[in-house]
Amino acid sequence: MNLLSPKKIQLPNGKTVVEKKSATPLVIIILLLCTIVSVNITGFELGAIIKRINQFFVILDDMIPPNMEYMPSLWQPLLDTIKMSLIGSVLGAIVALPIAFFAASNITKNRFVSSGTKFILSLLRTLPTLIVALIATFIFGIGTMAGTTAIFLFTVSYVGKLLYEQIENANMDAYEAMQSMGLTTVYSFRYAILPQVLPNYLSSTLFCFEGNVRYASILGYVGAGGIGLLLNESLGWRNYANVGMILLMLAVTVFVIETVSEHYRKKLM
Amino acid sequence: MNAIEQQLQYEKRNRVSFIVTVVVIFIMLVWSASAINLENMAANGLDIAKNIILGILSPDWSLILDFKGGVPYLLVETMAIAFLGTIIGAIIAIPLAFLSASNVVPKPVAYIVRLFLILVRTIPAIVYGLMFIRVTGPGPAAGVLTMAFVSIGMLAKLYVDIIEELDRSVLESMTSIGCNMFEKIRFGIIPQLSALFLSIVIYRFDMNLRDASVLGLVGAGGIGAPLIFAMNSYRWSQVGSILIGLILLILIVEFVSNKIRAKIVKG
Repeated sequence: MNLLSPKKIQLPNGKTVVEKKSATPLVIIILLLCTIVSVNITGFELGAIIKRINQFFVILDDMIPPNMEYMPSLWQPLLDTIKMSLIGSVLGAIVALPIAFFAASNITKNRFVSSGTKFILSLLRTLPTLIVALIATFIFGIGTMAGTTAIFLFTVSYVGKLLYEQIENANMDAYEAMQSMGLTTVYSFRYAILPQVLPNYLSSTLFCFEGNVRYASILGYVGAGGIGLLLNESLGWRNYANVGMILLMLAVTVFVIETVSEHYRKKLM
Repeated sequence: MNAIEQQLQYEKRNRVSFIVTVVVIFIMLVWSASAINLENMAANGLDIAKNIILGILSPDWSLILDFKGGVPYLLVETMAIAFLGTIIGAIIAIPLAFLSASNVVPKPVAYIVRLFLILVRTIPAIVYGLMFIRVTGPGPAAGVLTMAFVSIGMLAKLYVDIIEELDRSVLESMTSIGCNMFEKIRFGIIPQLSALFLSIVIYRFDMNLRDASVLGLVGAGGIGAPLIFAMNSYRWSQVGSILIGLILLILIVEFVSNKIRAKIVKG
């Protein structure tokens, strides 16, 4: 089996060097196997899809042109969606700060506290947002409150994770100097670590807000308020011209928010 | 006045812009605070919450241990959907990313492709799901296509960042020693891109696994539909068992994928 044994190269000075075999062929074989298994499980047939792909454009065709008369009744739910993601993101980001403080192992010296907080954060992150929203509608009733809760929890977990990673990678010199001068942990964190991580913290909050606006439209689908409720209704009635209008307004809103927040994120960096 | 104080004097005074920013953000917060209202809250909301939590904490073990049609099968199906969807999305996103990189194609073309990508990204997964169900009929195959299209937007955007930071000096030196186009792509461009692209795709697989529950809403397969059915009929112990399976799977996949990504990027 010459294929598997490493290739030896004789150098001019008499030493032999062993060339490591690339793992690429193995990886490709594993990926191919996984793909075949997945195709079998999901019943994915390329031929049938190509034959029926024109069906895909039926709905798309109905969406164009969008129903412009539907626009006036969309403003309120759209603003609700933005409100939901704004307050959820801001509150979430504020709560994420103390949590990240406790999760960062270089600030919180107690191993149990820091790894416990980290575990809670990753548990929170694995809960699908949609499911959280659905549970929240059972508790808070149908409306924006349920969506706000779901967005809040998602933001806490997302910003919290990014923030504690930032804190753990921060430069500790100033922090240690302040500690040795007798400042408390909280004070030295405030004056030595926070200024270092602040731009990144604000930037990831903005990024999270961007994503939340887009996600909030799905949350409405399970009754968590905002424009998703109308989307659900229009899809239910198969009124695709209205769906087109909703999607158009969403796209414009997302584009505007993304452009603004990208501008500020570039400034922050 | 010493040197430090002098330097401080030169520092830009941005107190006005700071105050304006704070006031604007505060006004926006007050405006959006109306999203928090407890009017619709059921009178026994806290009782319901208690029941939900108790139900989730006492999962239905028979569902977890049922290997035919139970939680394990649903998890494998969800993984298959996410895997295939990610791969298809990753392949479709590559040409789109090159077409929207401003150092590869002229600026106007890049701009138009970018606008198209924003449109692709804005359409929610549910709408894609409904469109693809017309193509393939309800089932996991529709889920695969949905996952693929949902992934394209983010994958292309992250690819573009890498393509735009491509190190051109390698290509120039290869031109100067007489490499042809194919050799330049094979030995100059692919090694620079492949590791980072792969890392992005693995990250997206992670996300897709997490978002796969959305597909259940429209009947596009995966673990979402049984989960939502169980929730709507208040069978919280079943919800608990499905959630435990899902969370365990996501945690394991996340751990493994973090390890692989660290290995790929650091070499």
